[in-house]
Amino acid sequence: MAASTETADQVRAFTEKEYEYGFTTDIESEVAPKGLNEDIIRFISAKKEEPEWLLEWRLRAFQAWKAMEEPHWPALTYGPIDYQDAHYYAAPKMKAKPKSLDEVDPELLKTYAKLGIPLKEQAILAGVEGTEGQSPAVAVDAVFDSVSVATTYKAKLEEMGIIFCAISEAVHKCPELVRKYLGSVVPYTDNFFATLNSAVFTDGSFVYIPKGVRCPMELSTYFRINQANTGQFERTLIIADEGSYVSYLEGCTAPKRDENQLHAAVVELVALDNATIKYSTVQNWYPGDENGVGGIYNFVTKRGACRGVNSKISWTQVETGSAITWKYPSCILQGDNSVGEFYSVAITNNRQQADTGTKMIHIGRNTRSTIVSKGISAGKAQQTYRGLVKILPKAEGARNHTQCDSLLIGDQCGAHTVPYIESRNRSARIEHEATTAKISEDQLFYCRQRGLAEEDAVSLIVNGFCKEVLKELPMEFAVEAQKLVGISLEGSVG
Amino acid sequence: MIEIKNLHATVDGKEILKGIDLTIRPGEVHAIMGPNGSGKSTLSYVLAGREGYEITKGSVNYFGQDLLALEPEERAAEGLFLAFQYPVEIPGVANTTFLKSAINAMRKRRGESELDAMQFLKHIRAKTKQLGMTDEMLKRAVNVGFSGGEKKRNETLQMAVLEPKFAILDETDSGLDIDALKIVADGVNALRSPERSMLVITHYQRLLDYIVPDYVHVLAHGRIQRSGGKELALELEKNGYKEFGVDEAA
Ligand SMILES: Nc1ncnc2c1ncn2[C@@H]1O[C@H](COP(=O)(O)OP(=O)(O)O)[C@@H](O)[C@H]1O
Ligand SMILES: [Mg+2]
Repeated sequence: MAASTETADQVRAFTEKEYEYGFTTDIESEVAPKGLNEDIIRFISAKKEEPEWLLEWRLRAFQAWKAMEEPHWPALTYGPIDYQDAHYYAAPKMKAKPKSLDEVDPELLKTYAKLGIPLKEQAILAGVEGTEGQSPAVAVDAVFDSVSVATTYKAKLEEMGIIFCAISEAVHKCPELVRKYLGSVVPYTDNFFATLNSAVFTDGSFVYIPKGVRCPMELSTYFRINQANTGQFERTLIIADEGSYVSYLEGCTAPKRDENQLHAAVVELVALDNATIKYSTVQNWYPGDENGVGGIYNFVTKRGACRGVNSKISWTQVETGSAITWKYPSCILQGDNSVGEFYSVAITNNRQQADTGTKMIHIGRNTRSTIVSKGISAGKAQQTYRGLVKILPKAEGARNHTQCDSLLIGDQCGAHTVPYIESRNRSARIEHEATTAKISEDQLFYCRQRGLAEEDAVSLIVNGFCKEVLKELPMEFAVEAQKLVGISLEGSVG
Repeated sequence: MIEIKNLHATVDGKEILKGIDLTIRPGEVHAIMGPNGSGKSTLSYVLAGREGYEITKGSVNYFGQDLLALEPEERAAEGLFLAFQYPVEIPGVANTTFLKSAINAMRKRRGESELDAMQFLKHIRAKTKQLGMTDEMLKRAVNVGFSGGEKKRNETLQMAVLEPKFAILDETDSGLDIDALKIVADGVNALRSPERSMLVITHYQRLLDYIVPDYVHVLAHGRIQRSGGKELALELEKNGYKEFGVDEAA
């Protein structure tokens, strides 16, 4: 049998592993009626006791959104989304805000356990009272549906002047910071999905690292979509003041649902002079079944502004979930000598579709950017890398290096690379490399001869392919991500 | 004991093995010599269970088991090892990671406990040294950027680490200069033991000066044409494969 038909047969013989996290937690929800209109926005704003300026900002966004059209340029196909047929607010019912994790609904904590939140973090979650002396590597701000319900190690961070809380809380706690920076990187008119988010965002994380402070632990958020027909509109804002450093981890899974769920988050990062933000994501939302039914629609706007000199923003993402991913974490390199990085692994299997990449906008002098994108496609999945490198006239000495590698498993999937390069400064140096490879029969047999089952062989080979990116992840995340790479490709051969 | 009986195999409808009979007892080293294209690699792949080969007739009894009924990874766990003629590159996967995954996958399959990082290091250290492999080579990705000699040494290292019951060496000598050949042969000889069987496949008898076989078989046209002691190899070196209807020197 020829190698290619053999591979095709193997892929056809595919059996989808049940999505591990397909369960629902039974917590009474307070749900707003379906639909999107000014009243709903006022309802959300009132629920959160927001100041007048924020309500007005939301309403302006809503006005802008009504005049916008959903973008159709990505290489994605999906049925029309009925924006009126969704709930825009759902909050777990609670008597009062919990002061410690003991007061958090045990159902919720069980959920985290099932989600496989790393043991280390579970220990932190469990040991709020007993383990003060130990310094944890991770602080968790858990976003459950739309409202932050548990925040750990706030006290320790507060001592250092670090603010890490739900954005709805930050609105009250440090309104001047929120007002100054919210929408300053992603304006409310930015794009269809970001504008929608601006109008209806429910919650998300807020981080402020004061001048000269190095955040002593990884900050972490686990997102989870838990309410049927609940659109998810997280809003995250991270500000690193002069000379500060922070590493932020975002991890997500979602329970199994039949209807497609819309997710349109916005993440804004601001790095001032000599500040560094490292933002890592492992995204494992429900991708739909092997026929592409169900699954999350993930339309995210993530952007970081390197405002200050020598500032640095580094995005690392491992994307294995969602039915549809539309996501371009970007860097605006404004400050002289600022650095933008994008390290990405995207895995699509079955009928998953991903149109993802990055934008590096070089404005300041001697700005540098690095893009390493690893795309893996299996089954009937389609994947597009879309990257923009833009050098503005004043970006003297700007440099970019892009490495874009695709790995195909089977012959019914596709990988596409769409690099856009716009250079308006002659001194700029831009390098682009791209490769496409297949997992070969030779590699699989070699591994199996050495005792590895076929799936483990695929996992090993793919992990090797992604190594450059995975090594950018913080340790505790890297281990999870490696496992996830294996899990998400289970059944893609054999 | 490994008993190959009347083994026939086809690739893409073309019959390559046309009735192989071969019995290898524990501790024995058998050499298979034969011209290019005679089916030597095919035999090794069929024994290791590579897909794409159809067994049309015959059987292989492997220590009382029907070898042909097992998946390749099951055969590996049962102690069958193939040193590849063309070792495969696996970018990004460190040699040590690969070896550790391999040994632990086999141990798990056999119901043995997996080795932790310390035990594994202890296990491979001595073998690495013996084969003149540096730590740097262990850290590099599997076979990526390795010279021909390094690849073959790496195969030998894997064999030493995995401690097979039955090792098949497919042209382990090809592409080696005399120094590398000696290192590899020493490595192989160190693994000879009364419990371990070996099938050494080679085109040239040169290798057999260093790995001295108990038996030599000539494979041509998909069949074993002649069997004898190690002197058969020397005879082949003199006369080539002409006698077997092949116009090619050994
Ligand atoms: N995948 C394949 N498809 C078709 N013919 C093959 C394939 N593999 C090997 N052959 C043929 O089988 C014969 C034996 O090959 P091989 O076992 O590699 O010989 P050797 O190792 O003795 O040089 C050759 O004629 C070769 O062309
Ligand atoms: Mg051969």
